[in-house]
Amino acid sequence: MAQEAEEIKQLQQARKAATKDKVALGKTGGYDQEIYGGGRKKSDYVRELPMDMDGEREEDGGDSDEEGSSRKANPLDAYSAPQHLLNEFVDDDHDPLAERAKSRQIASRQSDYHLRRFDRDVGSGKVVDPFAQGADGAQGEVGYKEAMRRAEIEREEERVRRLIEAKEKQAQEEAKSGKVDENGKASVAPDATPRIGRKRRWDVVAPDAAGTSTTTATSTETKAQADGWSVDATPRKRRSRWDETPVAGGAAPDETPKRSRWDQTPVIADATNGQTDALPTAVETPYPIDPRNRFMTDEELNTLLPSEGYKIVEPPAEYAPIRTPARKMMATPTPVGGGGFMMQDEASARAMAEDMVPDLPTDIPGVGQLAFFKAEDQTFFKKILNEDDESELSVDEIKERKIMRLLLKIKNGTAPMRKTALRRITDQAREFGAGPLFDKILPLLMERTLEDQERHLLVKVIDRVLYKLDDLVRPYVHRILVVIEPLLIDEDYYARVEGREIISNLSKAAGLAHMISTMRPDIDHVDEYVRNTTARAFSVVASALGIPALLPFLKAVCRSKKSWQARHTGIRIIQQIAIMMGCAVLPHLKNLVDCVEKGLEDDQQKVKTMTALALAALAEAAAPYGIESFENVLKPLWIGIRQHRGKGLAAFLKAIGFIIPLMDSDSTLYFVKEVTPTLIREFQSADEEMKKIVLKVVKQCAATDGVTGQFLKEELLPEYFKNFWVRRMALDRRNYRQVVETTVELAQKTGVTEVVGRIVNELKDESEPFRKMVMETIQKVIASLGSADIDERLEVQLIDGLIYAFQEQTIEDNVMLDGVGTVVNALGMRVKPYLTQIVSTILWRLNNKNAKTRQQAADLTTKLALVIKQCGEDALLSKLGVVLFEQLGEEFPEALASIISAETAIANVVGMTQMNPPIKDLLPRMTPILRNRHEKVQEASINLIGRIADNGSEFVSPKEWMRICFEMLDLLKAHKKAIRRASVNSFGYIARAIGPSDVLQVLLTNLRVSERQSRVCSTIAIAIVAETCGPFTTIPAILNEYRTPELNVRNGCLKALSWVFEYIGEMSKDYVYSVIGCLDDALTDRDHVHRQTAASIVKHLALGTAGLGQEDSMQHLLNLVWPNIFETSPHVINSVFEAIEAMRVALGPGILFQYTLQGIFHPARKVREVYVKMYNTNYLGAQDALVAYYPDLSEFSDERNDYRRHDLYTFI
Amino acid sequence: MAADLRQSQLEHLHSRYVGTIHPDINKYDWLTNQHRDTSASIIGHPPLHSYMALADGESKARVKFELCERMLQPCGPPPEKEED
Repeated sequence: MAQEAEEIKQLQQARKAATKDKVALGKTGGYDQEIYGGGRKKSDYVRELPMDMDGEREEDGGDSDEEGSSRKANPLDAYSAPQHLLNEFVDDDHDPLAERAKSRQIASRQSDYHLRRFDRDVGSGKVVDPFAQGADGAQGEVGYKEAMRRAEIEREEERVRRLIEAKEKQAQEEAKSGKVDENGKASVAPDATPRIGRKRRWDVVAPDAAGTSTTTATSTETKAQADGWSVDATPRKRRSRWDETPVAGGAAPDETPKRSRWDQTPVIADATNGQTDALPTAVETPYPIDPRNRFMTDEELNTLLPSEGYKIVEPPAEYAPIRTPARKMMATPTPVGGGGFMMQDEASARAMAEDMVPDLPTDIPGVGQLAFFKAEDQTFFKKILNEDDESELSVDEIKERKIMRLLLKIKNGTAPMRKTALRRITDQAREFGAGPLFDKILPLLMERTLEDQERHLLVKVIDRVLYKLDDLVRPYVHRILVVIEPLLIDEDYYARVEGREIISNLSKAAGLAHMISTMRPDIDHVDEYVRNTTARAFSVVASALGIPALLPFLKAVCRSKKSWQARHTGIRIIQQIAIMMGCAVLPHLKNLVDCVEKGLEDDQQKVKTMTALALAALAEAAAPYGIESFENVLKPLWIGIRQHRGKGLAAFLKAIGFIIPLMDSDSTLYFVKEVTPTLIREFQSADEEMKKIVLKVVKQCAATDGVTGQFLKEELLPEYFKNFWVRRMALDRRNYRQVVETTVELAQKTGVTEVVGRIVNELKDESEPFRKMVMETIQKVIASLGSADIDERLEVQLIDGLIYAFQEQTIEDNVMLDGVGTVVNALGMRVKPYLTQIVSTILWRLNNKNAKTRQQAADLTTKLALVIKQCGEDALLSKLGVVLFEQLGEEFPEALASIISAETAIANVVGMTQMNPPIKDLLPRMTPILRNRHEKVQEASINLIGRIADNGSEFVSPKEWMRICFEMLDLLKAHKKAIRRASVNSFGYIARAIGPSDVLQVLLTNLRVSERQSRVCSTIAIAIVAETCGPFTTIPAILNEYRTPELNVRNGCLKALSWVFEYIGEMSKDYVYSVIGCLDDALTDRDHVHRQTAASIVKHLALGTAGLGQEDSMQHLLNLVWPNIFETSPHVINSVFEAIEAMRVALGPGILFQYTLQGIFHPARKVREVYVKMYNTNYLGAQDALVAYYPDLSEFSDERNDYRRHDLYTFI
Repeated sequence: MAADLRQSQLEHLHSRYVGTIHPDINKYDWLTNQHRDTSASIIGHPPLHSYMALADGESKARVKFELCERMLQPCGPPPEKEED
């Protein structure tokens, strides 16, 4: 909209300028002269209201610089309404969720590489199961031979296609160079040649990949298909709009490069006039035109326009309509609402409504109400949507429909529906048979509109069904693999895991031989994508069936003479095995390395690279063992680094980097020395990947035992610092991390001084990211190695640099803060001379106007407080304390929290008595801050208050403490557990300081509030008060409060008692008789929460007093608890059973056993179930002890069985 | 559903701990378990073990062996299954 506003303004200005015949400074002159001609009289008016809001921008190529320039040209823009308000109602139809819905689809967020899965042929026929008994090659089944033949044909096709492409390219080049003048014509006649030219330029893929694309750009028919994205399965690169224009422009250089709306409408009107002849634009458009964008017919125009004064003009001679479909798509964007007013007739309105809300049922006959239903489902599940008479259908058809219904329920249904359907499909899997099931499931999984949830559910179905079908799946293994393999390279971790699980189950069900024969043709498939996924699938098979089973096959594949692709894939399988199985490869390491070792001398560069990568993966998996297995490859690897460059070298270096740490320390140095020259040479490489690998190798070399600091210092460090400690490295996040890690590793060997000394001056570098990198490295080095190594000169430099870097930072983050904190703490007493300077920096920054700076200064105080105290600079501390105290009015919560924490830190190190400001001033200042809602502030202040209450409560009057108690009640309902815990503890401290009665009164009153969390925390606080001040102070008050006739209060009291008895443990033996009355009442209450809580009191009481002679009251309580065993509410029954278990401890298992004997042979099953459960828990707890209590049942003995336990009758 | 869950929990318990019972246990199974527990308990308490050896006039190893052997069918063969 603003765009339009701008445009109108521009027009107005242009008009003004035209009348004045001069252009003012900063105003736009007349434009589009070449379209309207010099005379601007007629085109002064906007002849049409802008209908097409964003169409405008799309049309002229969406050039952003165009927009920019017009913006610059028009200073009046500043007075326009804000962009978002202008655009607010522009697009009524715009569905804000549409984007999101689309992004949920898996296919729409995957890369082109992932989308190649749609190119794969799922194959329709069953595959012969050669292992099935009596397998006859039934028709429609495809055998191994057939599969291999098909692979062969595909390869041949690919070869021919490439030849054709090459030929065409050549022909086209010739044509281009020969006839430039024909270009104009070429753009009019839509033949395929220019399009192919474009394809070449933009869709060019690496030769290997290009081989896989199935573009058949030879016929114009394919061109038409290329528009519909679902028709053409070609993996296309996303085409930017800029690639379109040059083609059209290049083909027709005289075509108007920009097209504004003004000339378009008349032309289109014209086009409809002579629809049949010269201009086929409208007819050719292969997609439906939105009703509001469609062309007006002659009749419509006649009714709209007066019959006189208008004539139909010829289109300009040089005008050429857009006919490249891709551009057309840009020109007619999908519904644009609110462009202009239009009378609607009934029919079109209805049509539009139908267009917008497609008629999608959610209630399917025989399925029920679904959670959602998509347009795509409608086509897929067409058969079950209408109610047919099932009696006319054949058995197979009925079965098919049954499966579809179940699948629909699983895919689209609600959770309970899904559950039952999943169970049914699993149970009946064998009845349905593998064929019908997979015929339905697999195409569903290949749907383009599939979403994560649906995919997950379908994969789950496959998993369950596989389990049931077992070897019946064999004929479908390949099809399942085609669908499941892409999951193995999915970005989503869980999708990968699911894929792995399915393939592993599949291989267990189908057997190794069948898996191999199924996947064998894919190993040297022409498509790299297929080979990649197959390799991963094979590695899963290997982990499922064991590496040894697969080894002979792998050996054969890795040495295949037929094609390098097979060797490449074989080696990749081994790489994947290593990545997936980790240290489980160790027993087979030698064999695996033997498989790949020949690959290092392969004549294909790709195979060599892959071999090196596989070796790297194997070495990584085997670390730190298994160097003996790699002996054979050491020589070729080390020779290889002299022979390779670029990618190959990177792979070799990577392998070496992983093998070096496995070596024993004697030989390491030799090998590292061998590789060092190459490493140093590659330090200068411009390739990012190479840089990363080199850094990694350096890190690995430095970390091994045999490499000495001396060697590193002499050979590596100078070049390393020269090449990697440059500002550029700090700009990329990953490089930054790598450099820091590697440098820290180097420092472990060469010492602090060596590394810190080299970089310390860079702390004053002018690039901030670089300073940060230095700081982080220094921090990590000093944190791990300490500061003992740093001499006096370096110390001065270091502190100087630190202060400079700290002061000069523009973006405050933790790196600088942690750096200064760590270094100063490591130096300890040695920083004393610099403390004044540091503290003055802090003081200065505490008054900075930037809140973040103040916060950071306070955080630094927290970190330094201990060191300042150690250095004996108490004066500085008290100064800081006073300044911080004055800052307590801080309005930014984060900064305030940091200031309070800093105050706490100071109070901690100097102690409450010496604290300056004095506690009696500090605490009252904290009371209002407690009301701050910010979590960090709450936590910081409650910590400070808790600390004061614990150590220095005597400095503050009881009245102040009571005030704080009231404030703290609010903290009991904080979201953060740490805050709640800290405040509960503080209640304990305060109660100890000022006596429990007042605090208790506050807490008991708080039981009346409605918030559950607040009540629960109050009960805990009461229990803590009981613990710190003795139970006798609280229990009477609680019992008294229990008499309040209010449910919440009574439950709160019970809960508090429960906590009390849990905390005081053995002390509870003195209070058993006092609480029995209360418990009698609670355990016989109608309210089940009463009984539940009372049962938990009984539990704690019983466990606390076990063995202390309280059996009489425990027996009494057990009798009261026992009738609750048939409760059904889970919480109640749990606490009842826990109470009974506690009774086993208090009363002994024998008594419990007698209780259970009443019911284990009860005639009612429900009763038996409960009693059996108790019998079992009792039995598990005291199996041995029960021997003495078993009843003597010898009277049941008969001639067959003797039930007397004779051993117990032995007597001496 | 809940019954299923309970059933599976119980099965889990049984598979884990020998000697736990279920609602449909019969006299024979229950008592057999008691006998086995008794034998195990005697073997597990050395004083009791010695006492039994003294009373039987056998070596401790013999007593232990016999107790272990008797665990096989301490109360005789199981009742014949009724065909249903």
